[in-house]
Amino acid sequence: MTEKLAEIKDLHVLYKTDENTVYAVNDLNLTIYKGETLGLVGETGAGKTTTALSIMQLLPERVGVIEQGQIILDGIDITKTTEADMRLIRGERVSMIFQDPMTSLNPILTIGDQIAEVLELHRKDMNKDQIAKRVDEILKLVGLSAERKHEYPHQFSGGMKQRVVIAMALACEPKLLLADEPTTALDVTIQAQILKMMKELKTRLNTAMIFITHDLGVVAQICDRVAIMYAGEIIEIGTTEDIFEAKNHHPYTEGLFGSIPDMTKITRRLNPIEGLMPDPSDPPKGCKFHPRCPKCMEQCKTQNPQNHSADAHTIKCHLFAK
Amino acid sequence: MTDPKSKPRVPIKKKSQLLSIWHRFKKNKLALFGVVVLAAMLLIAVFANVIVNYERDALTQNMALRYNPPGGEHIFGTDGFGRDLFARIIFGARISLFVGVITISVSLIIGSVIGASAGYYGGKIDNILMRIMDVFLAIPQMIMAISIVAALGTGMINILIALSIAQIPRFARIVRSSILTVKYQEFIEAARACGTSNSRIIAKHILPNAIGPIIVQATLNVASTILIIAALSFVGLGIQPPTPEWGSMMADAKSQMRYHEYLIIIPGIFIALTVMSLNLIGDGLRDALDPRLKN
Repeated sequence: MTEKLAEIKDLHVLYKTDENTVYAVNDLNLTIYKGETLGLVGETGAGKTTTALSIMQLLPERVGVIEQGQIILDGIDITKTTEADMRLIRGERVSMIFQDPMTSLNPILTIGDQIAEVLELHRKDMNKDQIAKRVDEILKLVGLSAERKHEYPHQFSGGMKQRVVIAMALACEPKLLLADEPTTALDVTIQAQILKMMKELKTRLNTAMIFITHDLGVVAQICDRVAIMYAGEIIEIGTTEDIFEAKNHHPYTEGLFGSIPDMTKITRRLNPIEGLMPDPSDPPKGCKFHPRCPKCMEQCKTQNPQNHSADAHTIKCHLFAK
Repeated sequence: MTDPKSKPRVPIKKKSQLLSIWHRFKKNKLALFGVVVLAAMLLIAVFANVIVNYERDALTQNMALRYNPPGGEHIFGTDGFGRDLFARIIFGARISLFVGVITISVSLIIGSVIGASAGYYGGKIDNILMRIMDVFLAIPQMIMAISIVAALGTGMINILIALSIAQIPRFARIVRSSILTVKYQEFIEAARACGTSNSRIIAKHILPNAIGPIIVQATLNVASTILIIAALSFVGLGIQPPTPEWGSMMADAKSQMRYHEYLIIIPGIFIALTVMSLNLIGDGLRDALDPRLKN
């Protein structure tokens, strides 16, 4: 648990277009340890997917730019690797599961061929029979019958397609798996099955996972540590217990939990966080949350807050300055 | 999910890709008709010299036999020089199909490379390539072909060059636009996330998904190429007499249209049949190549 697998240092990602520049990720620091599951939580536009795409080096061409920072994976800074080397890393050491299983499979290749492709790319020493055997194994691993490998994606249901996508991602037993809202497109019962399976598989293969979601319930189920993102920054990070149980929280985290309906109380309305995410092309000065923060102080409007840590629990807020 | 143990499942036979495409294709009776007609044409073209003697029947003039109506010894009759029309039609099929297929293969390959690079890489490459294609597209196909033939001189190779150049921008455009529709889909991103290289993504993931419109366009273009070569020959810039070619045969007979109409009608029917069968096959292929329409 304590061995570092990947480290993101001072990551700044911009989306540059002719009209404006969007500051998608600002000064992000994150460490991922071997075999752990890290939940990345935040509302739409907080920069969760951008962070994942930066790790994959798959930011939209010509638009997405890593302006500053390092992403160190297994001792290599992948912001400096060439595209050709990156291709060897993708799928082999890091793989990604996309949000919508309906569209993340090629409709005209059989699922067996698609899983085999990953192996063909990264396991050059395996011959055809070995690859076919491995495909059968992986399909069994994700709970699909190997007989179905000659079928096309449209012959599968949503949950089963997501199993295929997971099989593809895990085919080479990567060290890091980026799961970008893998269960958002699925219904609740299937979601539970898939989560359970992912948890089992990652333990079995000892894969670390960054699990992107905005569902706090899912986070509690699957994650070891949780990072809360707001406007391209991590504003709070800690173990799942820290985030769910500890006394001190970033006001945004409190707001997030406050907006979950309480099963034990009668309330007429939900309690949302007032206001909207700041315009990412023109972020506010000081703490980025201050225009919406109920506990906003004078210094919040001008000074960017420091990280304040207690053990593994870190909060980026002026409230906890000593 | 079905438990494999609950009932003995019949092992699914692994159907090859081509076989399943064929199964879907043959459900379309019109397309099948097109294949039959085209296959007959191809057989005729390939075995032309087995069926008739080129020198004796298609080229040797015999004034005693001019304008024999169809039927009898010469089933399609004879033309103004006493040559057997049947023999000339058969050898004409060779020229038309040969030029059509070669032209389309050449322009399809070159056009696909241009269109695929433009569509996939986008940006400057896209702009430069497609503006060049636009220049070619701005000139009507027929005029382009005429001017290239006029510049290079008549002859089979020059006609092939002229027709291919005229067709390349059409393929480049269609390939580019099909690639653009597929390029932004998530499975392309997913393929990149697996470490697939650009050329492999284009060849394995994008083109097969975009093949439908390309194939349809190709078959339609074979048809239009056959029409253009007939038209070129008709105006005297195409295949030169005495080589039999459907268009030039019609041109030769145009002064006799009122008295010996079969000299125009029969080559016309053959052009129409070939073009129609290609169009039917194109439609059938478009449906058959899409596995989502399988059931």
